[in-house]
Amino acid sequence: MRVTQGCFSFLPDLTDDQIRRQVQYCLDKGWAVNIEFTDDPHPRNTYWEMWGLPMFDLRDAAGIMKELADCRRVYGDRYIRLSGFDSSHGWESVRISFIVNRPAHEGGFRLDRQEAAGRNIRYSTRAYAAQRPEGERYQS
Amino acid sequence: MKHESITVRGKERYKSGVMEYKRMGYYEPDYEPKDTDVIALFRVTPQDGVDPIEACAAVAGESSTATWTVVWTDRLTAAEKYRAKCYRVDPVPNSPGSYFASIAYDLDLFEPGSIANLSASIIGNVFGFKPLKALRLEDMRLPVAYVKTFQGPATGIVVERERLDKFGRPLLGATVKPKLGLSGRNYGRVVYEALKGGLDFTKDDENINSQPFMHWRERFLYCMEAVNRAQAATGEVKGTYLNVTAATMEDMYERADFARELGSNVVMIDLVIGYTAIQSMAKWARRNDMILHLHRAGHSTYTRQRNHGISFRVIAKWMRLAGVDHIHAGTVVGKLEGDPNTTRGYYDVCREDFNPAKLEHGIFFDQHWASLNKLMPVASGGIHAGQMHQLLDLLGEDVVLQFGGGTIGHPRGIQAGATANRVALEAMILARNEGRDYVHEGPEILAKAALSCTPLREALEVWKDVTFNYESTDSPDFVPTPSLAV
Repeated sequence: MRVTQGCFSFLPDLTDDQIRRQVQYCLDKGWAVNIEFTDDPHPRNTYWEMWGLPMFDLRDAAGIMKELADCRRVYGDRYIRLSGFDSSHGWESVRISFIVNRPAHEGGFRLDRQEAAGRNIRYSTRAYAAQRPEGERYQS
Repeated sequence: MKHESITVRGKERYKSGVMEYKRMGYYEPDYEPKDTDVIALFRVTPQDGVDPIEACAAVAGESSTATWTVVWTDRLTAAEKYRAKCYRVDPVPNSPGSYFASIAYDLDLFEPGSIANLSASIIGNVFGFKPLKALRLEDMRLPVAYVKTFQGPATGIVVERERLDKFGRPLLGATVKPKLGLSGRNYGRVVYEALKGGLDFTKDDENINSQPFMHWRERFLYCMEAVNRAQAATGEVKGTYLNVTAATMEDMYERADFARELGSNVVMIDLVIGYTAIQSMAKWARRNDMILHLHRAGHSTYTRQRNHGISFRVIAKWMRLAGVDHIHAGTVVGKLEGDPNTTRGYYDVCREDFNPAKLEHGIFFDQHWASLNKLMPVASGGIHAGQMHQLLDLLGEDVVLQFGGGTIGHPRGIQAGATANRVALEAMILARNEGRDYVHEGPEILAKAALSCTPLREALEVWKDVTFNYESTDSPDFVPTPSLAV
């Protein structure tokens, strides 16, 4: 399966050149670019680990691409996403977010059903990978 | 049209009998509206032979304190404060016999936080007043002091995006079709296919409530199976607007509570349930962390004709105050009424914190929203993947694009239809962000994306010639209406 979170998951994986152009778009808008990674892609796992702080003062796409390359070197077996953060009044949140790195094999999710009263079902979604301890989930 | 005040003052004003509205204090051309006044702009078409100033003063009178004759009991009140004042009358451009009347109302005339009270005054008796041929409420300026008495959208655009973890692109939806007749089990199939294929939301139609072919609990249970399956298959948050519209508030609360119990992140209501019921559901939604989708069922009965009724921009303002999170606001290019400039005005009302007066978009007043949550417009009705560049250009990024037929009617099935729409959207966003002239290069961008996406190629082929090019019945008065070349 392919996790389809983020803005561009239905397109072929972005090349570094395409990623750089999206980073430039964020910088031109005055947004801070943030790099995050995780090995728990649950749809409601909001807080991926941050690769340092959001780069509020870095205004150069090349610098961000270098950070991304460094992050990939360490966590290349995991999901990595880039996001653009807009601190202006009335938004003060993420403006764009997209995946830039995936594990070699995406194991997907198991849907558990617990039969409850009447015909109700309690659902829970579990990433197969998350059964293993953090850090060991996508190692072959 | 500038005139002197002809208000009768003192003892003479209260002599028993009938007096013209314009002489009773409802026409005050020198009045300067206060920052705290509610202002309404009406299009007034008097009966033949009726003085336009008198007609406009009558609208002010009948929508505030007046009755058909002088009453002495006015003297028990601070009557001058409570009288609405028509302070300006202008002929409508290119429309002989019609006049724009600007009328100011003191804030004390209105109950805080109540659309029912506001509308009972402004669109109450006055719309049936015999001396008028027709009357239309075009726009309102709501003072910040009044805006602040409303909850506003239960969730708002920003928090909705945070909850869904979806940023940087329009959301994608589809209304389940056929509108009527599917069983719960079959209905859930459509939901699952559409969500798994790449849509963010599916939607009940306005008249799907609880009928013999599918009672509401069946629908809710199968839909939530579909939503959860699709979430697990994609790793993405999904939702389906469960329509809780019902005959009574008790029924609606019961349905909404069941939706929450099942883990739905959104419920839906129809405009026909009424303003009070809408405000109740908005409070329920805020209490229960639920997105509230509003379908504007019925609005065209009074919004569509230019000479009589209410402009949809006023309904949009009221709904932002009332507290819904989504509102259908037009597509421009689709099958339903929507002039591009007028529609732009509606979208601005939903999404901006400040609307400057812009006559060419039908916005007559500066409107401050005082950080009230933003309302996500929904574009639905006769749109398809081949229009993606136009939709993005005309409607922007904070919008739900709903492709019902344009998903379910795909020759290779619903999943393929959903994937076609999602790929078209992502390709267009990517191109726009890269700085390309996506409006003009749109067809080329789509064709290129279709090279690696067969469903998109098929969608573009099936719907390549579909357009809805008809003259609009509700365009702004201040610019020539551009015809939309598609």
